[in-house]
Amino acid sequence: MLRGLPDNIRRKVESMNSERQNPAFYALLVVLIFMSVGPIYLMLVNSFKLDVDIIGGTSGLLFLPTIQNYETALCDILWYEPEHLDFCSLKFGGAFINSIIIALISTALTLIIGCMAAYALVRFRFFGRDTVSLTTLMVRMVPPAVLLVPVFGLWNNEFCIDKETLVGAWIRDMFGGRGDVCLAGTHSGIILIYIAMNLPFVIWILQSFIVQVPRSLEEAARVDGAGPFQVFFKIVLPLIKPGLAAAAIFTFRIAWNEYLLASALSDRNTKTVPILIVNNMSEFNVEWGVIMATGMLLAIPPIIFTLFASRQIITGMTAGAVKG
Amino acid sequence: MIRQSLNRLSPYMFIAPGAIIMAIALLYPLGYMVYGSFRDWDPSQNISETEFIAFKNYITLFYDPAFRESLSVTLTFAFTVVVAELFIGVGLALLLDRNIRGMSVLRTLFILPMMIAPVVVGLMWRYMYHPTIGTFNRTLKSMGLEGVDWLGQNALLSVVIADIWQWTPFIFILALAALQSLPRSALEASRIDGATNWQQIWHIKLPLMMPVLIVTALLRLIDAFKVLEVILVMTEGGPGLSTEIIALRISRTATEFRELGTAAAMSNYLLILLMLLTCAMFVFTKIQEVRAARAARQYQEEG
Repeated sequence: MLRGLPDNIRRKVESMNSERQNPAFYALLVVLIFMSVGPIYLMLVNSFKLDVDIIGGTSGLLFLPTIQNYETALCDILWYEPEHLDFCSLKFGGAFINSIIIALISTALTLIIGCMAAYALVRFRFFGRDTVSLTTLMVRMVPPAVLLVPVFGLWNNEFCIDKETLVGAWIRDMFGGRGDVCLAGTHSGIILIYIAMNLPFVIWILQSFIVQVPRSLEEAARVDGAGPFQVFFKIVLPLIKPGLAAAAIFTFRIAWNEYLLASALSDRNTKTVPILIVNNMSEFNVEWGVIMATGMLLAIPPIIFTLFASRQIITGMTAGAVKG
Repeated sequence: MIRQSLNRLSPYMFIAPGAIIMAIALLYPLGYMVYGSFRDWDPSQNISETEFIAFKNYITLFYDPAFRESLSVTLTFAFTVVVAELFIGVGLALLLDRNIRGMSVLRTLFILPMMIAPVVVGLMWRYMYHPTIGTFNRTLKSMGLEGVDWLGQNALLSVVIADIWQWTPFIFILALAALQSLPRSALEASRIDGATNWQQIWHIKLPLMMPVLIVTALLRLIDAFKVLEVILVMTEGGPGLSTEIIALRISRTATEFRELGTAAAMSNYLLILLMLLTCAMFVFTKIQEVRAARAARQYQEEG
């Protein structure tokens, strides 16, 4: 029936047909959306409930929303004292700030170092692409649990500055402490291992973007008298912005969410949010409302990224898997 | 003159920071771990003070029933999860591969579980599995059924379900991308020849998607061995050893039992296992490339 029609009209008719689906299909979609978002919604709702309401729980919809849980969680950085609290036991605010510092700095450094290395690997032909993708794959394979033992040992014992030496003594005077000055327990110690963990993946993703930058552009700039660094910062970087965005989101996500290595390397003052949540979960009497509020606070940044940059995330995910 | 030598040095300057960090914070620690796994190592000791005991850590582990148990739990977990996710993910991709409006919104919502911290995922599921106040048991009871002992008797199953929830979207999205990049001509040709939907799926779509699917499955498998936080928050490895995967056991051996040497040997076992999987994946992609190149050459010669 459609054969006689011109091509463009036929295509239009076909696409109209394909948009009319049967109702069971929409039912399936609704169920899927409900399943994937339901647990997150449940956590959001519960974070606004008092523990009495969560445990009593006659009905999921009838309750008085309260921000009391969030006040309890953030009590150490609030500018006022919440009425229901007489003592601020949960130092969540500090952990939140630690998490932000660690995640932002490690993301920024990983991106800078990673895109320089990726550029060099593509343009100056150090090794073949195969070597790079093989090492990336190899490193991607290493679980954080495997790094736990050596990192714990090294950061505590070997990566230290002797307290007798000049720099060590100076740092000790500045920040206090008794023994040698070690990487463990500092922000930089955690940042260092996060950079190393994320670097291969970032190099890999950025490589596939840099390959697409036309060489002639760079050569034109060079003829006009630009040095290699100028070419890199003024020509190449602006052109690979989408790749940078994808890489940034993935790095941030790992640095923000990671628990195991941070728990081995941090001390009382450098705890990140995941550590705090795990510690509070393993107590016998779980305060569900407060825990849900902390979980929600930890989940919000990744959720925001997902809502605004899902296309970049999907690009990164498919580039990471398909070009393996 | 100076400028020229600067230009010659610039590649090294570009690559140096990355190389140095990788060497210090990744390669050196891995070497350190291999070295430490041959020693009787306690967290309070410096590694040079420890005693060399050759393969004793490895041999003890090999005959340790608890380690074997957690190895089998890990393998069961990883393979169950990957097979289930593959079936559901690919099935959904085949179902949802249509021109519908709002597909991008749907994909965005599906990615959410993957982006949220594993710790938080564990937290949500632990709440939902709670024997009295949890969502599942409450729903069951309101329907007049018996509650299920989710994190007790069925702990491994519950953990598997949580992982399926979190990671099926990954396979779904990659499978969908693969489906949408299939050559339209093959599909149209089969349609003209009168192939039914099922025949199309079996004989055209699935075989053409296979390379991507296998790589995806292997990536997922490697990631499944890394899962730790979700299980730690949900069950802490219990009850008994029923959900104690190797990653969890490594961290407990190192921090609770304070046997760094044993933990290092355990990490090495895990690493060797993963290395084999990765090599399998790499060899597979190479074979695919060679086959594709040969096919292309044949096509050219014939054409």
